Amino acid sequence: MSGQRLPYLLIAPAVIFLATFFLLPLVQTIALSFTGSSGFGGENYARMLSDLNFVITIRNTFLLVVTVVPVQVALALIMGTMLQKMGRGRGLVLWIWTIPLGVSDLAAGLVWLAVLQDSGYLNSALYALGLIDGPRSWLNAEAPVTLFVGVVAAEVWRATAIVLVILVAGLQLVPKEYGEAAEVFGASAWVKFRKITLPLLKPSLQSALILRTVLAFEVFAVVYAIGGRDMPILVGEAYTWQHDNQNYGVAAAYAVLIMAISLAATLVYLKALRVRPEQQP
Amino acid sequence: MSALRRTAYITGVVMLCAWVLVPIYLVALGAFGGRLGAFKWPKTILPTEVSIAAFMAFVRIEGVWNAALNSLIAAGLTMLFSLALGAPAGYALARYTFRGQDAFRLLVLLTRAFPLAMLALPLTVLFIRVGLYDTPLGVSLVHTALALPFAALVTASLFAGIPRELEEAAWVFGCTRVEAFRKVVVPLALPGLTAAAIFAFVISWNEVFAASVLTVRERTLTAYLLTVLSESPLHFRLAGGFLLIVPSVAFLFAVRKYLFAMWGIANR
Repeated sequence: MSGQRLPYLLIAPAVIFLATFFLLPLVQTIALSFTGSSGFGGENYARMLSDLNFVITIRNTFLLVVTVVPVQVALALIMGTMLQKMGRGRGLVLWIWTIPLGVSDLAAGLVWLAVLQDSGYLNSALYALGLIDGPRSWLNAEAPVTLFVGVVAAEVWRATAIVLVILVAGLQLVPKEYGEAAEVFGASAWVKFRKITLPLLKPSLQSALILRTVLAFEVFAVVYAIGGRDMPILVGEAYTWQHDNQNYGVAAAYAVLIMAISLAATLVYLKALRVRPEQQP
Repeated sequence: MSALRRTAYITGVVMLCAWVLVPIYLVALGAFGGRLGAFKWPKTILPTEVSIAAFMAFVRIEGVWNAALNSLIAAGLTMLFSLALGAPAGYALARYTFRGQDAFRLLVLLTRAFPLAMLALPLTVLFIRVGLYDTPLGVSLVHTALALPFAALVTASLFAGIPRELEEAAWVFGCTRVEAFRKVVVPLALPGLTAAAIFAFVISWNEVFAASVLTVRERTLTAYLLTVLSESPLHFRLAGGFLLIVPSVAFLFAVRKYLFAMWGIANR
C-alpha cells in the first residue's frame, strides 16, 4: 500500500461515522424544525415562541449559565493557584477535587436532593442551630429563588472539576521563570497573578469557557432531579416536546435554538479571547 | 508565608475537600438508609441506621438491574467504537502530513461547539426504521459521536509521543507495518489507550438526554432513573444516584495519572 493513501484509509472510518452521526443529524434537526403539519415553514418556531413557558425557560437557562460559569471559573482559578503552592499531599487533594468529574448531572442533582430536601441535611443543620422550627421546603415552585440556588450549587459542585483540570493542565505550561523574574522586580502575588499567570492562561481559559458554556446550556437532568418540572429550562422543554407530547418538530426547533446559542457563545469566546501566536506560553 | 496566611490557606484547602466529599457521603447515607432513613427528622450525620439490605432492596426492583446492564452494554460498546474509530484517525494525525488534515481537525473540533446529545432527536426516526431504536447499540452509536472526537485527539498525541524511529527499526528488521504497530507501538501506547477507553466509558455511562430519548423499555440506568424520578420514593432516588456515581468514580480513580496529560492535550 502506498504511503499516500494510508492516512486517508485511517481517518475514513472516523469521517464516515461523524458524517453519519454528527453532520447528517445536524442537517436533519434543522430540516425537522422547519417541517410542520402544513409542510415547510416556521410553524414549529411559532409554536415554540407562543408557548407560555418559553420566556421563563429562556430566562431560567440564561440566568443559570451566567451564574454558574463565572463561579466555576473563579473557583477553579482559586483551586488551581492553591495547588501550585502545594507540596506534600498535592496528589491526594487534586484527586479529591476532581472526583465530581465522574459524576453525571443526574447523579449530582440526586446528591444535592439528599442535602436540600425537606427533611434533609441542610434543614437538620439549620434546626440544630435553632434557625428553623421544623422541615422546610426549598425546592418547589413556591420557592423559585432557593430552587435556583440549589441547582446552581449542584452544578458548581459537579462541573467545577472539569474547569480545574483544564486550568491545571494550562498552569503547568506557564514557565516558572516569568514569575520568578516578576518577584525579583518586587511584584506582589496579586500583580503576578494578574499580569503573568492570567494572560498566559488565556488559551486554557478559552477552551474551558467554551466547553463549560456549551455544556451549561445543555443542562437539564440536574434540574429535573432537584426541582422536577418546577424550573423549566431549554433542554427540558425539548425533552418534554419529544417524549411526552411526541411532537418532534417543536422539539427540533428547541434543539436548533440551543445549537444556535451554543455556536454564538463559542464564536464570542473565540473573538473575545483571541490568542495571538506570540502570546502562547 | 505568615502563620495566619498559612492557617487560612490550609483551612481553605480542607473546606474545598469537604465541599466535594461531604455531599457524596450524605447521598451514600441516604442510599443505605432505607425508607426510615430518608424521612427521619432531624437527621444525624453519623451512619447509625445504614444497612446493605436497604440498598439491595433498590437493586432488586424490577427494571433496575436490567437498566444497569443496558448501561454497561452501551458504555462498553461506546468504549469499543470510539477507540476502534478514533485510534486509527489519531495515528494518521500523529504520523502523516496529508491534504485535508486541517479539515479533519476542524470537523473534530466543530463537534465541541454543538450540544451533541440533542442530535438524538432526529435519529429517533431513523433508528425506529432500522431497528436500532430502544437498543443499547443505538444508544452507544450516539454516545460514540460524543466520545470519538476526544479519543481521536488523545490518541493522536499519544502516538506522537512514541518515536517514529522505533517503528522504523522494526521495519528494518523485517516486520510489516501491521506487525510493527502491534509489537512496538501498541505495548507502549497501551496505558494511554486504556485511559482513553475509560473516558469513553464514563461519557456514555453518565449521559442522560440521548439515552432517554432513544429508549423506552430497554432503558439505560440514567434514562430509567430520569423517567421514574417523579414516581419513586426518595430513598430509591438517592440509591439510584449512588449507584450511578460509584462505577465512574472508581474507573476515573484507576486512570487518575493520565487525567491531566489527556485534558492538557485535548484542549490545545
